[in-house]
Amino acid sequence: MIRLVPDHSARIQRTEKVPFTFDGVALMGCAGENLAAALMQAGVLHLRNAPGDGAPRGAFCMMALCQECVVFVDGQSVESCRLTVSSGLVVKSRR
Amino acid sequence: MLIDEQGQAGGQVWRAKDRSILSAPATPESRSGDNLRERLAASGVRQMTDTRVWQIERQGEHWVIHTLRNGAAGRLHSRAVILATGAREEAQPVRGWTTPGVIGLAGATALFKQSIRLPGRASVVAGAGPLVFFVASEIRRLGGTVAAVVTPNTRADWLARLPSMVARPDLLWRGGRWVADLMLAGVPIYWGHAVKSVSGDDQVTGVTLCRLAADGTPLPGDIGIAADSVCLGGGLAPSTEAAQLAGVAIRYRPELGGWVSEAELDGSTAREGLFLAGDGCGIRGAVAAELHGQIVARTALRHIGQASASDPALERAYRRASRFGEAMTVLSALRADPIGLATPDTIVCRCESLTRRTIEVEIESGAVSSNAVKSGQRAGMGPCGGKYCQSSVARLIALHENRALSEIAPPTPRPPIRPVPVSALAGDFDYDDLPMPKPAPL
Repeated sequence: MIRLVPDHSARIQRTEKVPFTFDGVALMGCAGENLAAALMQAGVLHLRNAPGDGAPRGAFCMMALCQECVVFVDGQSVESCRLTVSSGLVVKSRR
Repeated sequence: MLIDEQGQAGGQVWRAKDRSILSAPATPESRSGDNLRERLAASGVRQMTDTRVWQIERQGEHWVIHTLRNGAAGRLHSRAVILATGAREEAQPVRGWTTPGVIGLAGATALFKQSIRLPGRASVVAGAGPLVFFVASEIRRLGGTVAAVVTPNTRADWLARLPSMVARPDLLWRGGRWVADLMLAGVPIYWGHAVKSVSGDDQVTGVTLCRLAADGTPLPGDIGIAADSVCLGGGLAPSTEAAQLAGVAIRYRPELGGWVSEAELDGSTAREGLFLAGDGCGIRGAVAAELHGQIVARTALRHIGQASASDPALERAYRRASRFGEAMTVLSALRADPIGLATPDTIVCRCESLTRRTIEVEIESGAVSSNAVKSGQRAGMGPCGGKYCQSSVARLIALHENRALSEIAPPTPRPPIRPVPVSALAGDFDYDDLPMPKPAPL
């Protein structure tokens, strides 16, 4: 099939995968990758529960405005879209 | 000194890759972004990255900029400040838009540019203007699948903008390629449609579309599409909060993205030593914003007593780029009724999980301004600061009170304009230092 927009996926080279955890679940992500992107890639979309109705929420704006992707790292609550993956990173959710 | 919220300069359009990307094919955005970052590094400008500005105030002859970096608060004093706050993305609330797997259309571009990742395996891409086709095209370029493109614009809307788009044949050609590629690949493009609801409990499983009448009202006849992710955009709006804190008035200019900060073409404002550049004073697009930055930098240099002549050729180029950008902004605003697809039980304020019904009850009980709804129900008082509900709340007030949107100002922004942990401020402030602004008018 003719493609006017070529598929570049095979030409992207990433850093090595390193282990990290999300609520105790072992995951792998590329070292230095944006944490919200790495969680999405690992299939973890449900990052917290909404106030009020308790419904699941996940990363939304990806630019540190909406606060939906906030997680706990080292006891601090931070937007996961402003963090990066490192080996042994321990991420806790607000679920 | 350059203060940037992100780890590397570039904002949203020229957003830099994160450290996980060792190599990747260049794009027009990555090339111009890398070029700008190289020139910035060579310029000797000091960069404070990963730094949030949460308050700006005037003290004597100086502006005081309150910052937050690595959990520590700081202050900078300056005679001249240029605010280049850019745009935020609007979102149209529909049932299920809070489901994990729904991300903003501009958010999707951040994911592509920074981490070169896809939002899911099969994505519905929905929104107005050229951004929807850029996002769909990037998903294809990165090896993903676009389940459908959904846009409120019709082909006739686009044809009507052609005269202004001819000002930038390069961009017109690039956009034409995106659409042609999607059509060749057999991706369904739903012109004149909108996403009406998103299904799925803890993850998206699909969307329901509807056709829109010329005035944006949904028409009967639903279309269901299976997808595991949705990129949902409602157009761009200028980020005005920082300029408002500094005392710059806002004006309703729907053709420029909604409420815009009042500034002259050269960036000067009613406040001495405070200048505005780029999309924050009206959405005119990245090309115009870059030229505007050069114009405004000259103005700021003159203010601090350095010789820097204005450049008529630069201003002409800016006007030309603005015509293209403004035509795109109008396309993005067309047919977009910010609240028309929200059912009574649709969440409008994500931070406080407030539904359309709850907000309407508050308005009916007499809360007829954005500040009153904020005080009464906390819509706009949550951690996002009202960025994702203020347009919807204003629209609901306009509908109930039969008033024009230009009469319903967004809620008064309050410091901190970005979340600040109390621990970062404790010990740093005396009681007398705390800013005590006048109460917001209800």
